[in-house]
Amino acid sequence: MHAGDAVARLVREERSRVLATLIRVTGSVDLAEDAAQDAVVRALETWPRDGVPDNPRAWLTVAAKRRAIDLIRRENKRAGKEAEAVSMFEPTPDPPEVVRDDLLRLVFTCCHPALAVDAQVALALRTLAGLSTAEVARGLLVPEATMAKRLTRAKQKIARAAIPYRVPAVEELPGRLDGVAATVYLIFNEGYAAGAGADLMRVALTAEAIRLGRLLAELMPDEPTVLGLLALVLLQDARRAARTDSDGRPVLLADQDRTRWDLTAIEEGVELVGVALRRTPDKPDPYVVQAAIAACHALAPSYPETNWDAVVSWYDVLLTIRDGPVVRLNRAAAVSERDGAEAGLALVDAIDTLDGYPYWHATRAELLHRLGRTAAARDAYERALALGMSEPQLDHLRRRLAALPD
Amino acid sequence: MPTYLALIYSRDVDWTLPEYAEITKEYNAFGAAAAAVIKGGQALYPTATATTVRVQGGKGGDVLTTDGPYAETKEALTGYYILQCADLDEAVKVASTIPGAWDGAIELRPVIEF
Repeated sequence: MHAGDAVARLVREERSRVLATLIRVTGSVDLAEDAAQDAVVRALETWPRDGVPDNPRAWLTVAAKRRAIDLIRRENKRAGKEAEAVSMFEPTPDPPEVVRDDLLRLVFTCCHPALAVDAQVALALRTLAGLSTAEVARGLLVPEATMAKRLTRAKQKIARAAIPYRVPAVEELPGRLDGVAATVYLIFNEGYAAGAGADLMRVALTAEAIRLGRLLAELMPDEPTVLGLLALVLLQDARRAARTDSDGRPVLLADQDRTRWDLTAIEEGVELVGVALRRTPDKPDPYVVQAAIAACHALAPSYPETNWDAVVSWYDVLLTIRDGPVVRLNRAAAVSERDGAEAGLALVDAIDTLDGYPYWHATRAELLHRLGRTAAARDAYERALALGMSEPQLDHLRRRLAALPD
Repeated sequence: MPTYLALIYSRDVDWTLPEYAEITKEYNAFGAAAAAVIKGGQALYPTATATTVRVQGGKGGDVLTTDGPYAETKEALTGYYILQCADLDEAVKVASTIPGAWDGAIELRPVIEF
């Protein structure tokens, strides 16, 4: 690897921590971003030439604090104020626990429920993952100017409405953690749904989500939600190479070449599921349960050898905490593998709120197809096609439709 | 410490009628419980008493008054509080105990400190 790339990666890894500390010290996200950005630019200029300092984080933090002092002095001068004492900018390195808490506070600020979900996603990618505004915009398919405006508005709301920079109290933590996990999972799905052939920045969102998941697991190693989230994204991402064929068309789970699954990611994910299950308190956690379902698939040597009993049982658990028609649809699909298409179809037909959901029609079509009910299957395929999905998904349905006997 | 305007949007009722005495009592209880952060507040007469004023054609132009509130909505502005809280989390906690929060919604707006 090029020396400059290694430096760039190191700087990016540290950037969010430096930023988090600067937000605490200055009390302003905007000022902290300017200062951290300046330190990053300096590091990228000098490190490849002079070598990486012994303590890169301390170097960056000191550089950022100096810049912050400059910015505050300039602002004070302009406002006609006397320069205030800036003793809080003690240029000694902060102990690791303090930096850890700073970053944790930043996580909860970025994912505060008073911010719109799209603003949370943008802030998390910009401040926690350290992407540029242009990269965030490309990843989320939004014009750069729109994204810049969205980020500015979000930071303004944090400052003006005084959204606190704080780790929530124990009694609020479960609810707030759900929000954080949902934001990271949304980022993952943005990248996961993009698929092969899409803009690389979009696909890279899955890697960013996994990085954020790792960060959360490092910050909160005892929280089942966080462990479940990381396990879930790892296990889903492990199948990436097998999810599309050489033409970029989707390959269903049943037809995937399992030798192309990422075994290292599967091992890590499965182990995390185990740890999370042992830590799950009185109530099961939706992320842990979804990760457990993903683990059942990841561990099956082949599709027919999947432990469908276990999959169906986990869906039963999921229904007790997150009942909804889509979960019921997925459970019905698992039941059809365990007990046959007839049993699955009865459950699919019992869900009466998904008439506008293409996957409901596609699942029905597939089961009707298997049962030899050709005419009904054709109708269902056509309904799914009419509702629209991603182009590769549509392509798959068209091929299934064409495979129906006359 | 930031100051918030808590706008209460709820059923467009006349608080002076005896049938709302029970809710008024709830508001009094809220006022006592949150006295430490309440810096002001008033109940409003229903929107039937509202007058909306506009000046047409720029400053100094024709004064146009219309009967009724600025926006006709299912839920109406029925009162407000001024809350001084440590941060938005505290303001949300306080707002969630205003009776209008379960009879409508509370809009929290940070106040500009000049």
